[in-house]
Amino acid sequence: MSEYVVDTIEAAAADPDAEQPFKQLGLAPEEYQRIKDILGRRPTGSELAMYSVMWSEHCSYKSSKVHLRQFGDKVPAAAKDILLVGMGENAGVVDVGQGLAVTFKIESHNHPSYVEPHQGAATGVGGIVRDILTMGARPVAVMDALRFGPADAPDTARVLPGVVAGVGGYGNCLGLPNIGGELSFDRSYLGNPLVNALCVGVLPADGIKLAKADGPGSHVVLFGARTGGDGIGGASVLASASFEAEGERKRPAVQVGDPFAEKVLIECCLEIFGADLVTGIQDLGAAGLSCATTELAAAGTGGMDVDLDRAPLRDETLVPEEILMSESQERMMAVVAPDKLEAFMAICAKWEVTATVIGTVTDTGRLVMRWHGETIVDVPPRTLAHEGPVYERPIRRPYDQDALNGEHGNGLPRPKNGEQLRATALKLVGSPNLADKSWVTDQYDRYVLGNTVLAQPEDSGMIRLVEAADGGRQLGIALAVDGNGRYTRLDPYAGAQLALAEAYRNVATTGARPLAVTNCLNFGSPEDPAVMWQFAEAVRGLADGCQQLGIPVTGGNVSFYNQTGTTAILPTPVIGVLGVIDDVERRTSQAFVGDGAQLYLLGDTADEFGGSEWADVAHGFLGGRPPKVDLAREQLLADILINASRDGLIDAAHDLSDGGLFQAVAESCLRGDAGVRLIVPEGIDPFVFLFAESAGRAVVAVPRSEEVRFTDMCTARGLPAQRIGVLDILESAIEVQGQFRIPLSELRVAWSRTLPELFG
Amino acid sequence: MTFPGSLDDRDALRAVRLAGAEPVPLWHGEKWLSDVQAVVLPGGFSYGDYLRCGAIARFSPAMESIIDGANKGMPVLGICNGFQVLCEAHLLPGALIRNDHRKFVCRDQRLRIENVDTPWTSLYRPGEEILIPLKNGEGGYVADHRTLDELEGEGRVVARYLGDNPNGSYRDIAGISNKAGNVVGLMPHPEHAIEDLTGPSTDGLTFFASVLTSLVGQA
Repeated sequence: MSEYVVDTIEAAAADPDAEQPFKQLGLAPEEYQRIKDILGRRPTGSELAMYSVMWSEHCSYKSSKVHLRQFGDKVPAAAKDILLVGMGENAGVVDVGQGLAVTFKIESHNHPSYVEPHQGAATGVGGIVRDILTMGARPVAVMDALRFGPADAPDTARVLPGVVAGVGGYGNCLGLPNIGGELSFDRSYLGNPLVNALCVGVLPADGIKLAKADGPGSHVVLFGARTGGDGIGGASVLASASFEAEGERKRPAVQVGDPFAEKVLIECCLEIFGADLVTGIQDLGAAGLSCATTELAAAGTGGMDVDLDRAPLRDETLVPEEILMSESQERMMAVVAPDKLEAFMAICAKWEVTATVIGTVTDTGRLVMRWHGETIVDVPPRTLAHEGPVYERPIRRPYDQDALNGEHGNGLPRPKNGEQLRATALKLVGSPNLADKSWVTDQYDRYVLGNTVLAQPEDSGMIRLVEAADGGRQLGIALAVDGNGRYTRLDPYAGAQLALAEAYRNVATTGARPLAVTNCLNFGSPEDPAVMWQFAEAVRGLADGCQQLGIPVTGGNVSFYNQTGTTAILPTPVIGVLGVIDDVERRTSQAFVGDGAQLYLLGDTADEFGGSEWADVAHGFLGGRPPKVDLAREQLLADILINASRDGLIDAAHDLSDGGLFQAVAESCLRGDAGVRLIVPEGIDPFVFLFAESAGRAVVAVPRSEEVRFTDMCTARGLPAQRIGVLDILESAIEVQGQFRIPLSELRVAWSRTLPELFG
Repeated sequence: MTFPGSLDDRDALRAVRLAGAEPVPLWHGEKWLSDVQAVVLPGGFSYGDYLRCGAIARFSPAMESIIDGANKGMPVLGICNGFQVLCEAHLLPGALIRNDHRKFVCRDQRLRIENVDTPWTSLYRPGEEILIPLKNGEGGYVADHRTLDELEGEGRVVARYLGDNPNGSYRDIAGISNKAGNVVGLMPHPEHAIEDLTGPSTDGLTFFASVLTSLVGQA
């Protein structure tokens, strides 16, 4: 790099019209002009690099901001008491009682995972874990929501095993249990898989750390891994521009993860937090040092001086622009008061973590960076961190939306007799979206830390927070993530609410009270007005839904440009709901146990097959309307499930969603290794009874001794509860009376062989 | 014992506590083991499993004292990564290599306890079948035939996998001991099967109860 000449403030003033590669860095001409207006001169190369990454879609939310405001505007009144940190920080924090707080967030790593499945997915986990750590919390579990192209597509065979190994390899090595998630397939994800990773952490309610550089004279310390050339331009190049056949060329832009370095960094940070040695902290994720320095400075006293040449490098040839954009993993930046620096450095030395003072907090209102004494950056940090461009993108309902909703598919041939129903049941159970996911989840450690009460395939993952001696109440949390791209394609407003309702219901099914929401909004290009309509509708649906359910959105992530050519993915909001349970001993599993227990179907079943698994698997059809949303009913159902769990009225519960009643019953039977006899109630078509996907439903197993109390409670509260069968452990089959019978052994083979046959 | 990258250290502490003993956290950088009477080397990925699993941890300052203690009869249990460390330290013969199917595997595993004459297994019944979690990427136990024959002949195979062999271990070996029996390496995780709430069983607790009983018996 001998020809490289560092571009300084003086050089920029002396040569105001020098041509700069703003377009290649993803900046629009008007954005470039605005930078010049802010600075009163052309930016230096380093400043241009910083603006380009900070003003990218990924970091600035410039297309989504005007919509996301609703999450803040519509925070339910009741939720304000528990919300300790809301949107805008690294992750939201909620109060769960007993002096503890919980922070959680879901984030996408879609494009990197397509280019380099293993590293892309691994660093997706690493990034979200650091977000949680940055809040001052010990990370305690992860989840992953994955979507791929058709299960039998050759490229899925390339991408899926790599992603699973990446999620597992990183999470396992960090010692974080993976407690659940999602896996589904659709052709729209073929060139653009979705890899959404969630992390949850626990901290003392009074121990929250924020990303702010307060106190002039405090030290700015960069610690963790050295900065290398990986992931340069990742934020702006990968996350903000769609790609097609260029995958190979972009490989170097994907970061490389080192989970051991992150594990050591976690323990080091937690020891530092415990000793109360930092006034502010920020992780280095997308946009690396650019993001950490500007966000810390903008949120604190207002200024910072940095000697960029002090940053420890893995590759000595890196130039300032590259150092500022590098997305090397496992790095953190802390603001440390002068009298605490020695203790801070001692802890870093104990954990063999490299730590370097690279700057000082000031009150000048400027972020100034020097490179071997020469000034290369002098900017107002707020203009990068908070005052980026904001766009009101054009919105237009897709041309085909009416036609899509009009083709309701009511004429599709349906199974007519017991034999055909049986064949449909087996086909659905073995379809990739509904089949056993243990090929994936057996590659994830669910036991580490010893607090996993429930994990996949249960309705929600559950973690114990407080251990208590015999009989003491053990506080815990539950988490579920859900999304349904087909429902959202048919009606984005309802689709987002259905995803929310399902995650909410899943949490309640295990006995926990839903508390707060995180979301990962995966959509196509915001420059396509039809995609923007889907996005706007989904955000409105989600914000309205959260308001009605009384649970706030605490944070999340938007991922745009998920498309192949001009074809966008199915709009896919993935919603995570966090719940709290007073005593994890009272949790409810989906496993059917307890001979003679009565099965009750809670909620109403209607002839609803729009966007259903059956329509997709049997006919490859997508059209009509998604199931009706009734959030008041969801609340009532959740109340009943939580109370029944707490009072010991039910032995098992499972929510009804994709695939309908039969799928839920099959999963519960296989989990508990128990058979059932089902009775199709009077007045309902057996096909609709077994496979419709009406929302707001669950199936529960009620011990005979509690039957009266349980049904009385449902009657008193006005929740439809219909007896649909009985558990029979000697039977070892699912028998639908008058229709068909499937031995559990046959069902298990059909359910569990699909993924191993596809992926080895 | 916590090495950088140890993961199941808290779980091991909990298991020792639930068995009724007093757990003492140890740090790899400190040479002296204070006055502990037995040591558990926990699972995890010490030093990221770079180079070879356990190869770097084996040179930690504390390992000197552990090797010394083990040679004088102190009970030492290495679980998963801890087993790998014990092999690297030559306290146990053989080595652990990448699973034959080349994927990380986490599942509930049935085992048969083959040797109840070690301080870690003394409360099991001979041939007792137990269910505890198994989770590893490099859990295939290998050794040359002479060593394997020797282990079998001297009754030093402590536990064997039942059902499908999960990782390609020779002769379905899940755990072994040294000649004296005080040093035991085990691939599956008894510390994850100590409570009904979080484990597939409570079968693992007996490892920790056994060593407590052995030590109390000696005192």
